[in-house]
Amino acid sequence: MHYFYDDFVHSISAVGAPALFLLGASSRLITLSGVDLAIIICYFVAVLGIGFYLKRYTKTGEDFFLAGREMTAWIAGLSFLAANLGSLELMGWAAAAYQYGILATHWYWVGAIPAMLFLGLVMMPFYYISKTHSVPGYLKLRYGEPARAFSAVSFGFMTVLMSGINMYSMALIMKVVLGWDIHFSIWVSSITVAVYVGLGGLLSAIFNEVLQFVLIWLGALLISIIGLIETGGWNGMVARIHHNFPGGDYTHLWSTLGSFADNPMGIHWVGIVLGLGWVISFGYWTTDFLVVQRVISAKDLRSAKMAPIIGSAFKMCVPFIVILPGLLGLAVLPEKLVGETQALATGAHSYNEVLPLMLIRYCGPGLLGLGITALIAGFMSGMAGNVSAFATVWTYDIYRALFRKDATDSHYVSVGRWCTILGVLVSIGAAYMVMEFKSIMDYVQALFSFFIAPLFGTVILGMLWKRATAHGGFWGLLVGTVSSISMWAWVKLDPTALRYVALSPKAKDMAENMYRALWSWTICVVVTVVVSLLTKPKTKAELQGLVYGCTDLPSEGDLKLYQRPIFWAAIVAVVFVALQVIFW
Amino acid sequence: MHREGMVSIWFFIGTLLSVYGVLILGTGIYEWNSPPPTVRADLHAAVWWGMLLIALGAIYVYRFAPGKGNE
Repeated sequence: MHYFYDDFVHSISAVGAPALFLLGASSRLITLSGVDLAIIICYFVAVLGIGFYLKRYTKTGEDFFLAGREMTAWIAGLSFLAANLGSLELMGWAAAAYQYGILATHWYWVGAIPAMLFLGLVMMPFYYISKTHSVPGYLKLRYGEPARAFSAVSFGFMTVLMSGINMYSMALIMKVVLGWDIHFSIWVSSITVAVYVGLGGLLSAIFNEVLQFVLIWLGALLISIIGLIETGGWNGMVARIHHNFPGGDYTHLWSTLGSFADNPMGIHWVGIVLGLGWVISFGYWTTDFLVVQRVISAKDLRSAKMAPIIGSAFKMCVPFIVILPGLLGLAVLPEKLVGETQALATGAHSYNEVLPLMLIRYCGPGLLGLGITALIAGFMSGMAGNVSAFATVWTYDIYRALFRKDATDSHYVSVGRWCTILGVLVSIGAAYMVMEFKSIMDYVQALFSFFIAPLFGTVILGMLWKRATAHGGFWGLLVGTVSSISMWAWVKLDPTALRYVALSPKAKDMAENMYRALWSWTICVVVTVVVSLLTKPKTKAELQGLVYGCTDLPSEGDLKLYQRPIFWAAIVAVVFVALQVIFW
Repeated sequence: MHREGMVSIWFFIGTLLSVYGVLILGTGIYEWNSPPPTVRADLHAAVWWGMLLIALGAIYVYRFAPGKGNE
């Protein structure tokens, strides 16, 4: 899910991938040596080799679309996180940290951790026990075909478009940072992803995502380590930031959120807690099939519950390799980075270049190659996530549901492989379309955000309220989505409407997005409840395995304490709260 | 994954980390007397980071080598 927070520079995902749209520098930042290129080539050989190797293990639909439902909690959990940890996220959030300070961390902590724990403990049993192939598939089981069709078509369409936008943004970064040709970057990375996902399906995507996750950490971690050595630790870094930017507060999470005007994001704590921490975060992490697909592939229910909890523990650590480099940039970079407009006009470096600048500050040959490989790995893991989720939803929830219900399993695997290639080609087409008409990005980013918040309302009511009916689910989803689009259009046509949508004329784009999500979720829930109360409910037998109160959840009483998901979720929750207090 | 005969993902990761470790450590040693113009080049990060990658890679390769029956 993506949100603009600067008028045109880049968008930020509520919980993930920001897209960097305009990078101001006209010449390359980094020149790679032979050993750097060797490291990058080794990476491509490895991911392609894994794809070819796994093809032999990908024979059935269950293999191709759900990795055989054999993933351990660790692999599913790391893959769950890696599918979200794209390179645009690394660079975009490092830029946001330079611009807004530690406030950017909210997208990793309050904007992710509670939702991931909720997914693991509350929602996974229903996804897993229902044996659905996808989130739209769950809507079919719970609400019927119309809700599934609406959700599947919107998800499939927006996923490949977003993939294309990210592809273009990444190619642009490669051009600015490395001087690589945009067409070369687009085609080489796309073909690589198409080959390894097309060959090994979700199994290959997940294997490579785990590999990419490790590379992202090992490639980016060094910046923070050497940066902290240079500044003399956290306190030294804070002192330098205060010296460089007197009067600015870049190192407190909550204490500046009492008013829209007191912080550079122009946001209030209510927006962060209810908009980001509740609707947007829960919507993305619990209903976006791109990430949920990884968890559904777990080998048993306990692994499926543990996977998001493991993912949440690592998610809490990601600011160390994303936010900290941005803060270190504030402390140690000799020049002040500026917004894109100013960068384009003056030739100065922009916020968006903070991560590459920190990389070349500390990393020589070899380490530089590892850092660039981390960025490429991040991009490819995100793209593979989009493409594999698209192939599953298209094959099972659109093609099989609407066009050919009774084909053989091998036929659907074949369709899935073709859909993978089709998804990549459509993504490439979208990338070129964006290259020609850059304003499209504004609209597509916003469009994607329209679906997540209402979808969360529909899914959560479906899982927790047995009285919700098929009509209620469908109309709630539809009206919630339409209301979100309407509010967005209202503010576009009449900017003074911001005082109603975001409750303040001072609210910036990010705050508007959060409040719009909150309103559309509320409208979805109200419509679902009202329509459900006016229509005939399903019987308890029909809701077996789908709804709380109608489903026999396996007892964990025979497990030792340390084997229970709730135990590890509690530890993550305690650490999460402690971090809020420490950085208050 | 517990599929018969399938090589663990951790083995692939271990192999790649080992290769990277050798390349980066080799570069660090080669540049020991004339380090690159980076900040805190005196730390010789390539040397110890390369050693770390080799150590991690070796552990994974050993622990998850094909035929060991690990996940």
